[in-house]
Amino acid sequence: MTAAPIETDVAIIGAGPIGLFAVFELGLLDLKCHLIDILDRPGGQCTELYPEKPIYDIPGLPIVTGQELTNKLLEQIKPFNAQFHFSEMATSLEKLPDGRWKLKTDAGTELIAPVVVIAAGAGSFQPKRPPVPGIESFENAGDGIGVHYAVRKMETFRGKNILIAGGGDSALDWVINLAPLAKSMTLVHHRDGFRAAAHSVNQMRELEKEGKVKFHVASVKAIHGEPGKMTGVTLAGHDKSEWHHEADTFLPFFGLTIKLGPIAEFGINLNENLIPVDTARFESQTPGIFAIGDINTYTGKLKLILSGFHEAALMAQAAFHIARPNEKLRFQYTTSSSNLQKKLGVS
Amino acid sequence: MKIHAIDRQGKEHTLEGRDGWSVMEILRDGGLDIAAECGGACACATCHVYINDGWFEKLPAPSEAEIDMLDMALAVEPNSRLSCQVICSNETDGIKVTVAPE
Repeated sequence: MTAAPIETDVAIIGAGPIGLFAVFELGLLDLKCHLIDILDRPGGQCTELYPEKPIYDIPGLPIVTGQELTNKLLEQIKPFNAQFHFSEMATSLEKLPDGRWKLKTDAGTELIAPVVVIAAGAGSFQPKRPPVPGIESFENAGDGIGVHYAVRKMETFRGKNILIAGGGDSALDWVINLAPLAKSMTLVHHRDGFRAAAHSVNQMRELEKEGKVKFHVASVKAIHGEPGKMTGVTLAGHDKSEWHHEADTFLPFFGLTIKLGPIAEFGINLNENLIPVDTARFESQTPGIFAIGDINTYTGKLKLILSGFHEAALMAQAAFHIARPNEKLRFQYTTSSSNLQKKLGVS
Repeated sequence: MKIHAIDRQGKEHTLEGRDGWSVMEILRDGGLDIAAECGGACACATCHVYINDGWFEKLPAPSEAEIDMLDMALAVEPNSRLSCQVICSNETDGIKVTVAPE
């Protein structure tokens, strides 16, 4: 289902700290932004990898967690009313005859903008795929069969022989939630201990005692069956013993990892999965496409949040001239400009 | 202070360790393909290595946080460690590691 294309000034890929701050710098210049992020919330790595870990090198904030920094950035950009498209992956970018760009997502969103800013960090967060030969061929096999990295509809797993791997909250939550409707439920993990919340572990142990869940210290070595029709797996223990296990579906839960993803297909010049930019504009070698934060590369690049903030400010100046070719850019300070203060809603 | 590291293609590299640096940093700076997405915060499990040839037992035991984080690594074995949590010192001179599969 494709909705009508959305026209805006700037389409930003990535709602991490740098994408968020770009909204601020662009907003001061009256440029409106739409942001796309594959995660279901803002913050990128800051909230996905280390929400509780303190960061000590943000200027002016002696100590701030990834989540707090994200919250503060959201507060800072609130006056600019940016529109977010979460849980969407930017999948294609094409140039329109009028010189603007059309950016599409896997959810059917289409953004049309004269400026695109790639603030995608190291790329898209995607589920970790266990290193089992041929596992790809069992993905997308259909509802309730084959390999799945997420549960969309529990009902599709009813009556199935389910195998779950992992020891975190997702693994245990789905063992507990799917066990009542499964034909059989088996959990495998590399140790007899779990990272998941204690109450989930207790619940799982109860189900194990009642015989509703089987638990093995083991890992999946092979998947058997035809692509589209999985019949079972080979499990291996740490003592190298191997055995066959019947399963209709295998759900590995090892969290997320970062892959560059479709950005590699956008036709932008890349150097080892990074986008080379000039340090005056932070523009890629494709005019109108900017890259800021961890995704870019230039002589002396440091992957620091503070460097990304600087890059966002310079990018905004250059982006203005593309988005508003007939207007004069008026450089002002937030401390002294009543015009900027009005935009920020403080005067 | 040497680190013998086998990459994902099975090639062995001998790298110069630095006292107080993590093995992850030495592998990364030595050009081995190791994501280390979180930059050494014990928050992502993408610097997973196997410690070979009896070196596992010689290392200080992993912290609770590391043991927990290993639950998010793939293909964990009894000699698995997160290389950002293994610190180079004279005691680790000659350590042998293998980068775990992606």
